[in-house]
Amino acid sequence: MSPSYFGYNLPVIHVSRLRKVYETGVVALDGVDLDVREGEIFGVLGQSGAGKSTLLRCVNLLERPTSGTVTVAGQELTSLDLAALRRARQRIGMIHQHFALLSSRTVAGNVAFPLEVAGVPRRERATRVAELLDVVGLDGKASSYPAQLSGGQKQRVGIARALAAHPKVLLSDEATSALDPGTTQSILALLKRLNAELGLTILLITHEMHVIKAVCDSVAIMREGKVAEAGRVADLIATPGSLLTREIFPLPEPAPPGSVTVTFAGQAGEPVMSSLVRRFDVDVDILGGSLEDVGGVPSGRLRIRIDGGKRAEALDYLRERGLVREHGPEPVDARQPEPETGAETVAEEAR
Amino acid sequence: MSADDLLPALLQATGETAQMVFWSALLTLLLGLPLGVLLVATDRGGLVPAPAVKAVLGGVVNVGRSLPFIVLMVAILPFTRLVTGTTIGTVAAIVPLTLGAVPFYARLVETALRGVERAVVEAAQAMGASRVRVVARVLLPEALPGLVAGLTVTVVALIGYSAMAGAIGGGGLGDLAIRYGYQRFDTTVMIITVVLLVVVVQLVQSLGDLVARRLSHR
Ligand SMILES: Nc1ncnc2c1ncn2[C@@H]1O[C@H](COP(=O)(O)OP(=O)(O)O)[C@@H](O)[C@H]1O
Ligand SMILES: [Mg+2]
Repeated sequence: MSPSYFGYNLPVIHVSRLRKVYETGVVALDGVDLDVREGEIFGVLGQSGAGKSTLLRCVNLLERPTSGTVTVAGQELTSLDLAALRRARQRIGMIHQHFALLSSRTVAGNVAFPLEVAGVPRRERATRVAELLDVVGLDGKASSYPAQLSGGQKQRVGIARALAAHPKVLLSDEATSALDPGTTQSILALLKRLNAELGLTILLITHEMHVIKAVCDSVAIMREGKVAEAGRVADLIATPGSLLTREIFPLPEPAPPGSVTVTFAGQAGEPVMSSLVRRFDVDVDILGGSLEDVGGVPSGRLRIRIDGGKRAEALDYLRERGLVREHGPEPVDARQPEPETGAETVAEEAR
Repeated sequence: MSADDLLPALLQATGETAQMVFWSALLTLLLGLPLGVLLVATDRGGLVPAPAVKAVLGGVVNVGRSLPFIVLMVAILPFTRLVTGTTIGTVAAIVPLTLGAVPFYARLVETALRGVERAVVEAAQAMGASRVRVVARVLLPEALPGLVAGLTVTVVALIGYSAMAGAIGGGGLGDLAIRYGYQRFDTTVMIITVVLLVVVVQLVQSLGDLVARRLSHR
């Protein structure tokens, strides 16, 4: 580990200008930059074929990038020889969509595998395996074979195995995509707990928004081999017109004339709508909206139309509360200039 | 053949067959297993990609597989003499038996290894396992039931081939059946050897199936 790593705010995973062109000519990664901070859960979201798996496999160099660099825990993996790379990989855990367990080994044997690779003596291995099975809630299953386990239990074995050699980071390739909703929740909860208790940094890829909502601190949205948007989930939700907001709280686009779209996170306490009606003598019409739990915070996006009375003042009132995020076009008969009231409440014209 | 001569003759022939099959099966395992591993490892995208090596090995295996055993046996007589100093007898028969069975078993090994999930191999590599470890601790153990099933099929084939080898002086049950049962019209000897061969093949197959099943945890 290079000394620079111990500085704060340096990313644990740093991916720079990564390109991957397969022999078939497919450009799977087209200049990807990614920074994963220590201790966070970073989600990469994208549709099938966006290049998510390729990106993840480039992080531990299962796939050689065509160009660009990958740095994990201060070590530039792309410049290592094979022996050094193997040592570095021992500190990078990985879990897989279809578990990738050894069917010929028991649960304990599977979890012991990375310890054997790391040269841990037999007795210590046994202790560590017991400890890990306890952590993932699988004690009592040590001598079962993977074929005798449910999907959720198999993924717990996968997680125990990935954690065995005390990795700094955990890579997850669609780890819950093969599981039913209930099991998915319990596996996500386990990942969240490991993140909190062990300070484990997790880079996960998924095509499911609910995974991002449930556990991710940061997100990158991938499209056609590029990162289309990246940042902290909380920040992106507070950013007018961000891709994330649109995807988490889908509303029909384009917004109808005269409509106002309000995004809020955890501010549902005050009776905003009734205040509007009382104070500004306007008619408020709800056109659509959606509410979601994002990282445990009730959040939502609401599209309303405000007509009559003191419409402009009503909009100012919403802005003052930091609620107006996006505007539809002004209604034709009531067009009047909108006063700019600072960066925080920048209104975006829907196009 | 008189009843007094029959038993010792049968015992001796059975012993010779067992000897031929045992040694050639052992050599086949020792040579065919690494060859099968190489066929898989040298794949493009394999552990040690080497398309040229793969093409050569594949070609050699195919030649070996396409020769009828009886032709192979005769064709390599000079080689057999070089190795064993003779071209007849039980020991000499082991050479063509092995050469015939190695390509056969190597293909079965290849098939069994290809049945191992790619993701499992990658998972091991992602944990920092070396290529040797991947072969020894992942590929071979994961494919073990298939490797045993393949070896069973190979042993059964070797029992059949060994009867042919008997015809050029290798001894064994096949030799006995031909010399007495066929050439001297001794129906009793013929029936007994046929029954013996069938029973032995059945036993080998059942044993192989049992072991393969025990080893499989899928
Ligand atoms: N081994 C490969 N060889 C050639 N093309 C590949 C390979 N793996 C992935 N691709 C292609 O690269 C693109 C990105 O794939 P992938 O990274 O698997 O996307 P995702 O995980 O987001 O579904 C796809 O067009 C896919 O077909
Ligand atoms: Mg994928």
